[in-house]
Amino acid sequence: MRQLLPVSGLLLVLLAGCSDAGRSQIRIVGSSTVYPFTTAVAEQFKRQSPQYAAPVVESTGTGGGIKLLCAGLGPQFPDIADASRRIKPGEVADCRRHGVTDLVEVQIGLDGLVIAQARGGVFAGLTARQVYMALAADPFGRGPNRARTWADVDPALPAVRIHVIGPPPTSGTRDSFDELYMQRGCETEPAMPALKLRDPAGFRRICAKVREDGAFVEGGENDNLIVQKIAADPHSIGVFGYSFLAENADRIRDVPLDGVLATYDNIASFRYPASRAMYLYVKAQHARAVPALRPFLAAYARESTWGREGLLARRGLVASPDTVRAANAQVATRFTLLDPATL
Amino acid sequence: MSPARPLLREPTDWSAAALRVRLARRHRSERLFRLAGLGALLLAGLFLAFLLFTIIRDGASGFRHSEVAVTVTFDPQSVRSGDYVGLMQRSARALPVAGDVVSEGAWVALREAVAADPALVGQTRTMWVPARSSIDLLAKGKFDLAQPALSRGVSDADVAAWRALAAAGRLRQGFNLDFLTGSASTSPELAGIWGAALGSLLTLAITIAIAFPVGVFAAIYLQEFAPRNRWTDLIEVSINNLAAVPSIIFGLLGLAVFLNFAGLPRSAPLVGGLTLALMTLPVIVIAARAAIGAVSPGVRDAALAVGASRLQTVFDHVLPQALPGILTGTIIGMARALGETAPLLLIGMRAFVADVPHGLAAPATVLPVQIFLWSDDAQRGFIEKTSAAIIVLLLVLVLLNSLAIVLRNHFERRA
Repeated sequence: MRQLLPVSGLLLVLLAGCSDAGRSQIRIVGSSTVYPFTTAVAEQFKRQSPQYAAPVVESTGTGGGIKLLCAGLGPQFPDIADASRRIKPGEVADCRRHGVTDLVEVQIGLDGLVIAQARGGVFAGLTARQVYMALAADPFGRGPNRARTWADVDPALPAVRIHVIGPPPTSGTRDSFDELYMQRGCETEPAMPALKLRDPAGFRRICAKVREDGAFVEGGENDNLIVQKIAADPHSIGVFGYSFLAENADRIRDVPLDGVLATYDNIASFRYPASRAMYLYVKAQHARAVPALRPFLAAYARESTWGREGLLARRGLVASPDTVRAANAQVATRFTLLDPATL
Repeated sequence: MSPARPLLREPTDWSAAALRVRLARRHRSERLFRLAGLGALLLAGLFLAFLLFTIIRDGASGFRHSEVAVTVTFDPQSVRSGDYVGLMQRSARALPVAGDVVSEGAWVALREAVAADPALVGQTRTMWVPARSSIDLLAKGKFDLAQPALSRGVSDADVAAWRALAAAGRLRQGFNLDFLTGSASTSPELAGIWGAALGSLLTLAITIAIAFPVGVFAAIYLQEFAPRNRWTDLIEVSINNLAAVPSIIFGLLGLAVFLNFAGLPRSAPLVGGLTLALMTLPVIVIAARAAIGAVSPGVRDAALAVGASRLQTVFDHVLPQALPGILTGTIIGMARALGETAPLLLIGMRAFVADVPHGLAAPATVLPVQIFLWSDDAQRGFIEKTSAAIIVLLLVLVLLNSLAIVLRNHFERRA
């Protein structure tokens, strides 16, 4: 039993040796929707540039990722945040408070936020207004939502229980859902745009608050789980990014939104109403301490990576229009800083 | 006057009808209890068999992979400029099939081949490189080809390419060594488990290096030396409470203390090990105290009677006898730590790292988190990898447990 003493002594030496927290690899956090794309680029980057340490990518959700990015400067804070929506002015202010003043914004591509069902699902199509009326806590400010089946929302819809599985509030996908489905559906009511100008807080309460009585289920950050759940239940609807639809086309299909199918071309041309752009936010102040940062961004902005036929297109990313790609490639190579006034 | 009652009970008449009924009832309830026990055992066995069956059915193919024979001419210009990606693309285009059939990372094999044998430059060779995931899955028969193209998850082009490759004899299946030696990848055909396994081992090493000595010493002090008063009672209650705290709480503690306060690196096995050590510590203390308490007082009295000091008594006589019990508790704690995911998610050990960890402070992930990450991936090829990774985790568990049992038997014999 005397051998225990040297073990614990060794341990102290070991702990003392490990307090050095400096690092050379890039640290990336953020959106679960962008995660599969950034990991693919990180892996290719590690293979092609073995002189740099492999980037570390973590999926935390857009909101959580930007919060970590903005927490300060130094090796314990990440260098890049993946985002499935644009950064908010409030988040930029939070960054500034912690000394993170220089951010670079790169749009990496597009994604469609799709509503999908099992291949044998019962929905022929939905409008944003119908989705809003089925899921709002207080539709149009007329009191609590009492709709139990889709037929209660609109008699033309199937009489099945409302059951939608979607992303949790920490996710950028949820922010997009609130904006592209809930608010857009809400604004179809003539009184609502006026309310938005008059009383923004009241507008958000009426138009973006999702009911909490079990009709909308939070599926967590695991989109594959949502796919599995809706594939097993023809009456459920799931909300997630286009890449998951494309990858599982044998089990699920999309519910046409406002009569438009979620296809690659419809999303790329923004004809699909729930198309959205995805971004990287790069902490330019770390560029000197982390030498891999510039080459990594250059690798991301290459045509063979994010172009129409590139690595990411094969993984389900919808390429941005040519002019947008060219402009963002410039931003990525020159490290042009984000102007908060444009948000 | 009533007749005097007999003093002695009459002998029990086992053949009486009432007694036979009572006896039958007692026998029946015993039979029922035995049957229920057997049924519970059978049900548990059935669940285990079902679990193992589905995991092995889904995961066995994860240990094999398909390779495509590509004829490569190592022209000096490509090799000198390091354009192995282009070289692979040109070589793959010369295959008698349309479309992509080789993996995105296949070109690495060319670079490694040239590095291993520089004389290859200028020669033409047939190289077996990993096939793309959908070709691999087709070769393993994972798709129902009777379905129309849209609903079977694989395109007609891929099916045609697979048939052409197989007909040309340019497709073979073999043991997937990359899976056992590689680290995480976004392409299922290149993904490996070694990075996560090494992360798990490093994390567990830290956990055991801290939790075992600290836990055992704490138990010895509490059981053998500490006075019995209100304070030690309080400590005992706290330890029992800590053992029952959900593991996610320890993750939050680790996040606050090791990352935010001490400034240790995120995603590192060091921090993971420290966090899991906090979680395992109470389990080891409780088990060690029980084991030490179970040692016969005669051993202590005998040692003290011949003049041993209390320290000598504890370390030379009590502890060796208690060691098998202490080890059992440690095994349980370690097995739990190996399978733990929740606290590690909070300290960033869910990160994607395309490299094998090369130190205690380097970013890493662990086996259960790797399984969780793969189960979350949209690509179909990761389904079999997830199950294969579960098989590896179970094997590591069995290995660790048998090692611990061997150790325990060794100490039991000595004591």
